[in-house]
Amino acid sequence: MANVVSEPAKAPKTSKDWDMAAIAPFIALALLLVLGYFANPNFMTSANLLNVVTRSSFIAVIALGATYVITSGGLDLSVGAMLAFVASLMILFLNSGTIADPALALTAGMALAIAIGAACGLANGLITTIGRIEPFIATLGTMGIYRGLTTWLSQGGAITVRDRDIMALYRPVYSGSFVGVPIPIIVIFVTAAIAAFVLYRTRYGRHVTAVGSNEDVARYSGISINRVRTVTYVIQGLCVAVAVLLYVPRLGSTSATTGSFWELQAITAVVVGGTALRGGVGRIWGTICGAFILEIVGNIMLLSNFVSEYLIGAIQGAIIIIAMLVQRSLMRK
Amino acid sequence: MRRQILGLAVASLALLAGTAFAQDKKVTIGVSIPAADHGWTAGVVFHAERVAKLLMKEHPGLNVIVKTSPDAASQANAVQDLAVQGLDALVILPSDPDPLVNAIQQVKDKGTFVALVDRAPSVNDSTIRDLYVAGNNPALGQVAGEYIKKTTPDAQVVVIRGLPIPIDQQRQDGFDKGIAGSKVKILDRQFGNWSRDDAFKVMQDFLTKYPKIDVVWCQDDDMAVGVLEAISQAKRTDIKYVVGGAGSKDMVKKVMDGDKMIPVDVLYPPAMVATAMELTAGNFYDKVPVSGTYILDATLVTKENAKNFYFPDSPF
Repeated sequence: MANVVSEPAKAPKTSKDWDMAAIAPFIALALLLVLGYFANPNFMTSANLLNVVTRSSFIAVIALGATYVITSGGLDLSVGAMLAFVASLMILFLNSGTIADPALALTAGMALAIAIGAACGLANGLITTIGRIEPFIATLGTMGIYRGLTTWLSQGGAITVRDRDIMALYRPVYSGSFVGVPIPIIVIFVTAAIAAFVLYRTRYGRHVTAVGSNEDVARYSGISINRVRTVTYVIQGLCVAVAVLLYVPRLGSTSATTGSFWELQAITAVVVGGTALRGGVGRIWGTICGAFILEIVGNIMLLSNFVSEYLIGAIQGAIIIIAMLVQRSLMRK
Repeated sequence: MRRQILGLAVASLALLAGTAFAQDKKVTIGVSIPAADHGWTAGVVFHAERVAKLLMKEHPGLNVIVKTSPDAASQANAVQDLAVQGLDALVILPSDPDPLVNAIQQVKDKGTFVALVDRAPSVNDSTIRDLYVAGNNPALGQVAGEYIKKTTPDAQVVVIRGLPIPIDQQRQDGFDKGIAGSKVKILDRQFGNWSRDDAFKVMQDFLTKYPKIDVVWCQDDDMAVGVLEAISQAKRTDIKYVVGGAGSKDMVKKVMDGDKMIPVDVLYPPAMVATAMELTAGNFYDKVPVSGTYILDATLVTKENAKNFYFPDSPF
């Protein structure tokens, strides 16, 4: 609750261009909170808001990586399948019993997930840059590969953490909290703070924006386009791995359908947050706000009594379009 | 998977060679099923392969070829490939029945015995198949509804649906029939898309929305996983139990162990493909009449009978 409200104050500090476009997503979020308040009195309880923000953590963290990829003029459709693949390998490692001590096994499993995530991202990056394949097609291909490998690993069923000690140790990472704030929410904000620092305050971050805004100018300025782009895909892979670290402790299990269509949700969060799909403009805090908006729209639909369960998809689509229209009209002022 | 099928083929060839002198009738049964893309179809593949082995052991002259296909178009090709090998019978669980009607009809017109499983095309009579084996979707809902009516006559129930497709509607209608005339009250129905993650979200929101829930009916064992996690995280103690459905090994195990949250499960068994295979083999070897329609009961799995439905090696 406190986090959601303190958001608008944070945005101008990190975002260099303090303008309407940057705060528009937060205004849309505020309007949604008002709508939620009228939909159901339980909406504005801290328990509900903490649930919703915690739930949005997977998409939020993945979308941070997508912000980098999209800002540099790329696209990654493989993130949902990659999450399922990395999570499955991590669980298989935990089940393999290579390391007997639960704490040590868990640490190794988490490190392994990070390494595999980075490697999957690197593969995407190299195929698009060195292989010179359009990112849409390249990542559509790797999406099929990661999804297919997950289905094969699970033989179509589920892969579940078998060791109860490990699960008992790991579960609090999703369901636990630190000074009253659920751990996934802390992870969202720490990851976002790092992402914002790198994108806005470092040379690499400025290169990412430059490459996405005008490739030719960036090349003539001596920026290695391929290197910058490849690294954005690695960052995306690392973000997916962080999402995996939060996902596995929730149900302790993956299946062939884990993370399907999450790539679309992540891209929607990025665009709703004000990042340009054509590249050149990246808004980290807007992306986080976009992820919250997506999750809150779903939450309001469920809590309200006046929407038929058959119409939820249509209303969700309409709310996202209205939120975008509100943003556009604010920007023109 | 491919290696297993190859292994089966090799094994059956060896069996054929070894029994060339025996007076056993030579029969080839082709089995075409969807690829394992989620829990239930993974169970279908598991049971088809398990029973193929059993049948071939029992009847030395019998050859069973199991083929899996990821979608309707490739399944149509697979059916043609099977037909080329000279089939005596085809057992098919179509991924989507209507687009596959022509492929099945071609096989049937050649005089091959056709057994159709689970999903029926719009025209489902003896012109297209000899045998139809299916689970009972309305009963899956009705059995769950009747159990809830009997155990907790004035329960407040939340319902998590699957996807908006006909079989989901049949289950809902069956459930309404099951609780009809009782004080069981449905607080809400929402779609969980037969997904663990979506069911988790929906359940979390149900818990926020309703301060007191007695029973959750989620008609699917995969979704029950998400529901149980949402309840335990919210530390809510008002929910008495959860009723799933299908008969996954994890949920049947919970029933067997007497888990209070999962007292029962309702069967919609992926093993129904094996029923069709056994009946088809019976048609050739035992000369028993098998043509017709077989609707399997949506059996209520309880602590007493759970061990009959527990397959620890199955992926589902």
